[in-house]
Amino acid sequence: MKMLKTILKQFVHKPVTTTFPAEPAKRYAVTRGHVMFDPSKCTSCGICMKRCPSQAVTVDRAAKLWTIDLFRCVICGQCTELCKFDALSLDPAYSSSARPDERGVETYEITYVKPEKPKKDSEIGE
Amino acid sequence: MTGKRTIVPFGPQHPVLPEPIHLDLVIEDEHVVEAIPSIGYVHRGLESLVDRREYSDFVYLAERICGICSFTHSSTFCQGVEGLMGIEVPARATYLRTMWGEYSRLHSHLLWLGLFADALGFESLFYNAWKIRESILNELEATTGGRVIQGVCKVGGVRRDVTNEFLSGMDKRLDDIEAEMREMTRVFLSDYTLKKRLVGKGVLKADAAYNLGAVGPVARASGLVEDVRTSGYLAYGDISFKPVTVEGCDGYARCEVRCKELFQSVDIIHQIIAGMPEGDVSVPVKGNPDGEFFSRSEQPRGEVIHYLRGNGTKNLTQFRVRTPTLTNVPSLVAMLAGAELADVPQIVLTIDPCIGCMER
Ligand code: SF4
Ligand code: SF4
Repeated sequence: MKMLKTILKQFVHKPVTTTFPAEPAKRYAVTRGHVMFDPSKCTSCGICMKRCPSQAVTVDRAAKLWTIDLFRCVICGQCTELCKFDALSLDPAYSSSARPDERGVETYEITYVKPEKPKKDSEIGE
Repeated sequence: MTGKRTIVPFGPQHPVLPEPIHLDLVIEDEHVVEAIPSIGYVHRGLESLVDRREYSDFVYLAERICGICSFTHSSTFCQGVEGLMGIEVPARATYLRTMWGEYSRLHSHLLWLGLFADALGFESLFYNAWKIRESILNELEATTGGRVIQGVCKVGGVRRDVTNEFLSGMDKRLDDIEAEMREMTRVFLSDYTLKKRLVGKGVLKADAAYNLGAVGPVARASGLVEDVRTSGYLAYGDISFKPVTVEGCDGYARCEVRCKELFQSVDIIHQIIAGMPEGDVSVPVKGNPDGEFFSRSEQPRGEVIHYLRGNGTKNLTQFRVRTPTLTNVPSLVAMLAGAELADVPQIVLTIDPCIGCMER
């Protein structure tokens, strides 16, 4: 009798699984999907490189390059919290799958320009 | 008349046990006389990484010791560093840690119940257990951002706060989850076939469990009141609960303990949500750890110990973990002696082995 109840329930309830990829995957606002980099804000301070637990980030100060190895990144979110210049953020969408030779290491050119210091009053006067 | 003795190698790869442990089973007429375990297949050298990673970054590594107890590992490690540095964690952070710890216990026990049903060939029960587990994982993801690796603990508190509205929503959803679990555990505890394969198998008497140092559900299924939560770390001091103990001493008793602990965890989470204090969730951390500290927690599988030693630099000088599986291996060997060969896989599973975290 108990079994009958279970069987009947199977007929009426909706499927519990998501028919991915027809239906998009479920995400929350706080889901750690992947790291996003904003080249216009990075001052190449190198904090993210020094403190990344999996050594996924390299910052080349001289060449103005910021590199992330997506296959090393464990998406812990530490770099996004440590970056004082808001150059890093987390996107809830997972990065799409790829082979290491297709993608994996992403390099960005840092386009940050140091804002000019506002001139002092004495300088303006001259 | 005694039969001829044969040695049957079991593992490190076995269809019902996706964990790399090897056992040499000494067999005599289908009966196991002795089991000789050998370990060391998945050593990852995590403990030696402390001298290359700062203590605050090591939280992420400590969390990756195990994929199931991940949250408890990180909170135990943080607790250790906080103990070394004398940091007072805000009350809200300890409550949140306790809540996530209990959610981890729920998902770990449901995972085990599912795997166990699967190992016994009960596929639909396996799906049911994992279906319920999915809703627990959703709660974890919605609050911490990660399903399995939460990454939410940090030295000095937690990284994310949960709004009170969300907490009351969780409270309501837990009731549905509890109803589903009740239906599922009824099958576990009353099904004829499951009983047939569990009752009287892998017996570990109370004094043997005590002498062999069993921890967690294995000890509690032998009637021992072994639960680190009673020591009142995190917020457990404010919570009223009684460790689940069962007198059966066999595989069925261990299954029963885990089933009952599901409801205990739900009850603890209800209490946590009701008593959640207001305030900050973290404090700023200055300085470096110096001295040594033993940090203990109750993981889903039993007691875990993190030993930390620092010398006033950013790196710890020593870090040592003892996970519940390692502590339960002597008990497992005792359980296997005298068992039938066909029961070996189930008996090994009843200690909920997690070799990955045992060897780090
Ligand atoms: S991304 Fe942020 S932390 Fe990393 S180098 Fe740039 S500014 Fe510094
Ligand atoms: S998210 Fe974590 S692992 Fe990934 S780059 Fe940032 S710090 Fe490194």
